[in-house]
Amino acid sequence: MESLELLWGGLEAAFTPTNLMFAVLGVLLGTFVGVLPGIGPAMAVALLLPVTNGMEPTQAFIMFAGIYYGGMYGGSTTSILLNTPGESASVMTAIEGNKMAKKGRAAQALATAAIGSFIAGTIGTMCVVFFAPAMAKVAVKVGAPSYFALMLLAVVLVTSVLGSSKLRGFIALFLGLTIGLVGLDLSTGQPRLDFGNDLLAGRVDIVVVAVGIFAIGEALWVAAHLRSRPHTMIPVGQPFMGRADWGRSWKPWLRGTAIGFPFGAIPAGGAETPTFLSYLLERKLTKHKDEFGHGAIEGVAGPEAANNASAAGTFVPLLALGLPVTATATIMLAAMQGFGIQPGPQLMESEPDLVWTLLASLLIGNTLLLVLNLPLAPVWAKLLQTPRPYLYSGILFFASLGAYTVNQQPFDLFLLLVFGLLGFAIRRFGIPVLPLILGVILGPMMEVELREALALSDGKASGLFNETLAVLIYVIIVLALVVPPLVTRFRGEPDTPAHEVEMAKEES
Amino acid sequence: MSVTEQPQNHEPQGGAAAMHPGAGTGVDKAQYGLAALLILLGAYTIYDATTLKIGFGDPVGPRVFPYVIGTVSVILGVLLGVATARGDRGEQEAGEDVDLTAGADMVTVLKLIGILVFNIVTVNILGWAITGAVLFAGCAWSLGSRTLIRDIVIGLVLSVGSWYFFYSGLDIPLSPGILDGIL
Repeated sequence: MESLELLWGGLEAAFTPTNLMFAVLGVLLGTFVGVLPGIGPAMAVALLLPVTNGMEPTQAFIMFAGIYYGGMYGGSTTSILLNTPGESASVMTAIEGNKMAKKGRAAQALATAAIGSFIAGTIGTMCVVFFAPAMAKVAVKVGAPSYFALMLLAVVLVTSVLGSSKLRGFIALFLGLTIGLVGLDLSTGQPRLDFGNDLLAGRVDIVVVAVGIFAIGEALWVAAHLRSRPHTMIPVGQPFMGRADWGRSWKPWLRGTAIGFPFGAIPAGGAETPTFLSYLLERKLTKHKDEFGHGAIEGVAGPEAANNASAAGTFVPLLALGLPVTATATIMLAAMQGFGIQPGPQLMESEPDLVWTLLASLLIGNTLLLVLNLPLAPVWAKLLQTPRPYLYSGILFFASLGAYTVNQQPFDLFLLLVFGLLGFAIRRFGIPVLPLILGVILGPMMEVELREALALSDGKASGLFNETLAVLIYVIIVLALVVPPLVTRFRGEPDTPAHEVEMAKEES
Repeated sequence: MSVTEQPQNHEPQGGAAAMHPGAGTGVDKAQYGLAALLILLGAYTIYDATTLKIGFGDPVGPRVFPYVIGTVSVILGVLLGVATARGDRGEQEAGEDVDLTAGADMVTVLKLIGILVFNIVTVNILGWAITGAVLFAGCAWSLGSRTLIRDIVIGLVLSVGSWYFFYSGLDIPLSPGILDGIL
């Protein structure tokens, strides 16, 4: 029960008027940005990173917690009202949610999404409170060889398991690793890949990379393909649920949470799989089978809960191991590094105040989200009608502002444009963004661990395999690479979310 | 990793739009450009690593990572080139405001790039309060807005507002440029 006491301490620390103000600000900003079409939680966090430049780390992370949950909530609002999921995790919500909205049940769809997110987020965060310290306790004993293997596992899983093309996944990863090379070599102090430019001899600021790839890349990509007639939006009133809706929602919420959390906690990246599984499960268990495909509330409640529980789950590897497994978590990790905090298994020992205040803030942010956003939903819905020229000009404006504030150097704006063009290119060629951004962050960390491990063994390769855990992880990596293709070969076409979405569309 | 992946021409998730005409058939020539970029980048990474000196007591040294990354990048570039020749093409990213049924409107993209370059060149001379406003209004115009006066006013409010927000709120002085002393 030590964890509960520490959490209580965190709650006390978070409950100062200033900190609460930052939490409210984070939730509002996160929802505001997340609700805007085309902006997912990862881009929201990247765009808002510069605002925290002058803040204390604790306050900055309180705000991030709010932005994170707010951004996700905003995303589900967009997918229900517009039927255009901004990110893969919202695909399942959009299927039933938008059908509900078209039947005039938008208010109930938004309500079950908001309350489900709250319940899943709260249970998920409590699980983090119990699991993360236990995991960290084991993880501090983990040496450089195992830590290197663990990062390799995260990178391999994210690159090869997600996405339809492994070749493109690895291209993304190695583009990211190349970007991560730029700057001073950490142990010999020599600049690498600086193209003879002093300004590149330091490291490329992660704000510039992330904002360039997410914001500028997205704005340029949309500009090239801007829809002449925007989607029609369904008007919405105050979200509410009747007795029958509650009765049909609470079990999917809990089941979604149970599915979502473990998937977030293992480095298999993202909420796509658990939201998909939750949708399938609810369709199988429902008493209203005829409604599925025509706006069944279970099909919104389950996947939304799974989405948020998995988002909470990603904090376990992030806080206990320093391992990010989603794009948003990667940017948070970069933010930690920006504040001079060394993420890793020792984080919970060395920065207990930060960690526990952050966890407490996740609970507070989650509650604020429910309290603020249920009444504010009609206001947020109006944001969906923002004229597109203003929306994307605004994104370009704030992206440039963010990059410029890092060092107040026009050179950063130049780099921003370069990464923006890269972001455009990867969207054009269907290269996934997550392995790329993970490579930028994890590449340098992997190099440090590898060199430490091999320095201890005098350069002998055996230094990488002298821990049981490391060997075990390498076995998992090999299995992860070998088994799925074999399974596909023997069973034929796998059940992918994309496949399922098409099926759902054909049925309707 | 296999190079014999199926061409992906099924419908992008979420959007009602089909891929633009001609997609899914023939060779995506632009993809050769990406393959070439990977090979060049990989080769340069390897070359750059050869210029590094190896320190003492560091059996791995600063070269190993760039060697591995550069080599794999070159291999991936070659594989992508082969896959492209076999008709493999990527699934273009769909989105809320993205319509993939028509071809890419590169004129708009070039206008936006031009405005971003203008900002890079002039931000330290004219100052953020001016270039920020030009950035917003210029982008809005490129994206089809035709209310120039209103766009400039919004741009000015955003740029001057953000200048003061960072100056007094976060103690980060953005370039005042020619408005030094006025702001």
